[in-house]
Amino acid sequence: MDQIIVQILNGLDKGSAYALIALGLTLIFGTLGVVNFAHGALFMMGAFCAVILSKILTISREVAVEGQTDFLGNPLMRDVPVIYNWFGETAGAAIIDWNVPLAILFSIPIMIGIGFAMERGLIKHFYKRPHADQILVTFGLAIVLAEVIKYFFGANPIQTPAPAAFTGSLDFGVWLGYDPLTIMYPYWRLVYFFFSALIIAGVFAFLQFTTFGMVVRAGMADRETVQMLGIDIDKRFTFMFGLAAAVAGLAGVMYAPIVAPNYHMGMDFLVLSFVVVVVGGMGSLPGAVAAGFLLGILESFASMPAVVQVLPGINQIIIYLVAIIILLTRPRGLMGRKGVMED
Amino acid sequence: MSKSNFTRRGVIKTGAVGGAALALPQYLRADGHAGFTNAPGDSEVVLGFNVPQTGPYADEGADELRAYELAVEHLNGGGDGGMLNTFSSKVLDGTGILGREVKYVTGDTQTKSDAARASARSMIEKDGAIMITGGSSSGVAVAVQALCQEAGIIFMAGLTHSNDTTGKDRKANGFRHFFNSYMTGAALAPVLAANYGTDRKAYHLTADYNWGYTTEEAIRASTEAVGWETVNSVKTPLTQTDFSSYIAPVLNSGADVLVLNHYGGNMVNSLTNAVQFGLRDAVANGKNFEIVVPLYSRLMARGAGANVKGIYGSTNWHWSLQDEGSQAFVRSFGTKYGFPPSQAAHTTYVQTLLYADAVTRAGSFAPCAVAEALEDFEFDGLGNGKTLYRGSDHQCFKDVLVVRGKENPESEFDLLEIVEVTPVDQVMYSPDHPQMGGAEASLGECNNGA
Repeated sequence: MDQIIVQILNGLDKGSAYALIALGLTLIFGTLGVVNFAHGALFMMGAFCAVILSKILTISREVAVEGQTDFLGNPLMRDVPVIYNWFGETAGAAIIDWNVPLAILFSIPIMIGIGFAMERGLIKHFYKRPHADQILVTFGLAIVLAEVIKYFFGANPIQTPAPAAFTGSLDFGVWLGYDPLTIMYPYWRLVYFFFSALIIAGVFAFLQFTTFGMVVRAGMADRETVQMLGIDIDKRFTFMFGLAAAVAGLAGVMYAPIVAPNYHMGMDFLVLSFVVVVVGGMGSLPGAVAAGFLLGILESFASMPAVVQVLPGINQIIIYLVAIIILLTRPRGLMGRKGVMED
Repeated sequence: MSKSNFTRRGVIKTGAVGGAALALPQYLRADGHAGFTNAPGDSEVVLGFNVPQTGPYADEGADELRAYELAVEHLNGGGDGGMLNTFSSKVLDGTGILGREVKYVTGDTQTKSDAARASARSMIEKDGAIMITGGSSSGVAVAVQALCQEAGIIFMAGLTHSNDTTGKDRKANGFRHFFNSYMTGAALAPVLAANYGTDRKAYHLTADYNWGYTTEEAIRASTEAVGWETVNSVKTPLTQTDFSSYIAPVLNSGADVLVLNHYGGNMVNSLTNAVQFGLRDAVANGKNFEIVVPLYSRLMARGAGANVKGIYGSTNWHWSLQDEGSQAFVRSFGTKYGFPPSQAAHTTYVQTLLYADAVTRAGSFAPCAVAEALEDFEFDGLGNGKTLYRGSDHQCFKDVLVVRGKENPESEFDLLEIVEVTPVDQVMYSPDHPQMGGAEASLGECNNGA
C-alpha cells in the first residue's frame, strides 16, 4: 500500500507538469487553431530562465586566495559574487539560494514577450495554412530554440537547486500512520504540485470570472460572431498565446530543481503533452488537465519495479496504449467537443 | 561539311564511365592504391576525428576535439610538445607522421550509430582519412569499429566503456585505450567493501542499453564476490529524465546501497532524484544508505553539482594526477584552453599519439602493420603509468582510478578526488573471460582494405 501511495504522489507530480504544458497547448489550439509543436521549447525556455537568473545572481569578481595555486601553478582565484558587495554575504547568499522562486517573477515578462514575438513574428502567418504546415514550422522553431540554448549553455544538464529550506523529504507516511521513513516525498515536488494546482486554478478563474476571459471563451466557441460584435478578438488571442507561453514557462521554472535543465528537455515533454491533449479532447481545457493527471499516474504505476518485472517495457508504452484505448472508445477524447479538428 | 566523331551514344557512354570513376570512393581510385586504403601522399596524412558535435554528449565531443587539435599541433612540432616529452617511445620528433604533415577532418557522430557510421564513411571515402578515432558512446564505438574493419581503416576508440567494444564485438582493426566495465567492477568493489562493509544489499538501476548491461553485470559480479547481495535490478529507459518512479521503491526494498548504472544526463538526473528522495540521509538495515556511480566523468559530475559529494565511482584518468605525463598534458591543454582536460580529452589525445607512434615504429601506414606495432606494445609516460596494449583483444591495461565526489571543491573543475589507484594486476582478466564474449570472441583478420 505504501508503494501505491508513493506512486500516486509521483503521478500527481508528473501529471502536474503534463497538465500545465497541455493546458497551454490547448489554450493556443482552442483560440488560434494552431498546433504548436514549439510549446515544449517554451517549457525548456522557462527552465532556462531559472538558469539565466542564477548566472546573473552569481556574476562574480575574482579574488586571489593567498597561499594556494590553481592547476597551472598560478595563484588560485576564487569567484566572489558581486551581489555580496551590495547586500552583504548573508543576504546575498540567501538571494542566490532563492533563485528559483525569484525566477518565477523574472520569467513571466520574458515568457510573455517570447510568446508575443513568436505569435506576431512567425505563427500568425500560418493561421490560414494547413495544420501540417503549422506543425512543420513550429517543430522547426522548437529545434532552433533548442540549438540556441545549447549554443549558449552547452549540452550538459545544469543543476538549478531548490532553496535549502525545501531540500530533503517529508515523512508523509507518519501522517498516514505508517512507520517513520516508510513514505518519504521530496518537499519541492509537493511544492510543484500545489504550485501547478494554483496556476491551473488561476487560468480557469481568469477565463471564467473576468470579462476578458468571457470574450476569449466566446471567441473560442464562435470567432466570427464575436468579431461581428466589433471586438478585436485577434488581439485577445495574441494575449492568450503570451499567457500560454507564460504558463509553460512557469512550469519549466519550477521543474528546474526536479530535473536539471538541458536544451533537450522540451522535446522530452512535447510528445507526451500532445498525447495528453488528444486524450483529454482537442480544445478542452478541463480535458487537458484531467488527462495530464491520469496519464501521469498511469506512467508512475507502470514504472514500478513489480509491474515492469511482470510486463517488461510496459513503462515505455503505457501512455500510448491508454491513448489508443481511449481514442477507440471515445474518438473525441475524454472531454472533446464535436467539430474540433474534424473538418 | 565537317564530320564530327561525337555521337549521342558515345557521349552518354563516356559520361557514364567518367561519372562512375569520379563517384568511386577515393580509396578505390588508382592513385590511392598502395595495398591499403587511403594511402597518404608524400606531403600530408589525413586523420578523421569522429566526435559528438551535436546531441547530448556534445560537450564531451568538444573536449575531445580540443585534445585532437592539441595532439595534431604537437605531432607537427607546434606548442610545447605535451606528452611527446614524457612518452616512453621516442620515435615521434615533431615532424608529423613519417615526415608527412598531419591534417585532420571532423565528423559529427550525434551519439547515434547510423549518423556516426555515415560521418566516418564520409571521412574515409571523400576526405581520404587513414585512421578514424573518437566517440563518446559504446554503441557508436561498436558500430564505427565494424565499419572501419570492413573499410580497412584503423579505429582508435574514444570514450567507450562497455565490455563489448573489446569483448564480444572486438575487431582486428579496432583499439581501445579507455578502461571498461569489468575493470570498473574489479577496482571499485574492494574499495566499496573497505568503506561500506561486506554485508550490503544492492539495488541496481541500469540504463536499458548495451553499456548499462555490461556495467551492471560487472558490478554485480565483483560486489557479490566480496559478499554483497543484489536484491533487485531494474532497467530504466535511456530517454528517462525523471527517475522518481524508479527511486521511490528503493528505500523499502530491503536494499542499503543504490548502484546507478547510468551515464551522462541519465546519471545527473537519477542521482539528483535519489538525493531529493532523501536516500543520502536514510538508514536501512541499521546502516547508512549509500549510492554508487560506477563510471564518473568530470563533465557529468559538474552537471550533478553538490549531489556527487562523497559518492564513489571510477574514472579512466583525472587531471589532478601528479605523474609527469599527466602534468605535461594538463599544462599544454590548460595553457591553450584555460581549463583542465577531461578524461575524454585525455584518452583521445593519447590514442592519436599512440597511432602516430605505431605508424612510425612500423614504418608504414598500412593498417595491418600499424596493428602489429600496437599489439602487445608496452609504454609509459602517457598518464596512467605502465600500460599494455594487449594483442589478443586490443584493450589497454593500466591502473584504474577509484574516485569520490569531493566534499569541498575549490573550483568547478575540482569535483572528484582520487581515493585509490588500483594496480593494473587487479583489473586484468583473460581474453576469453565470460563477460568479454567468452571463447567465441575473436578479433578476426586484420583488413588492409583496398
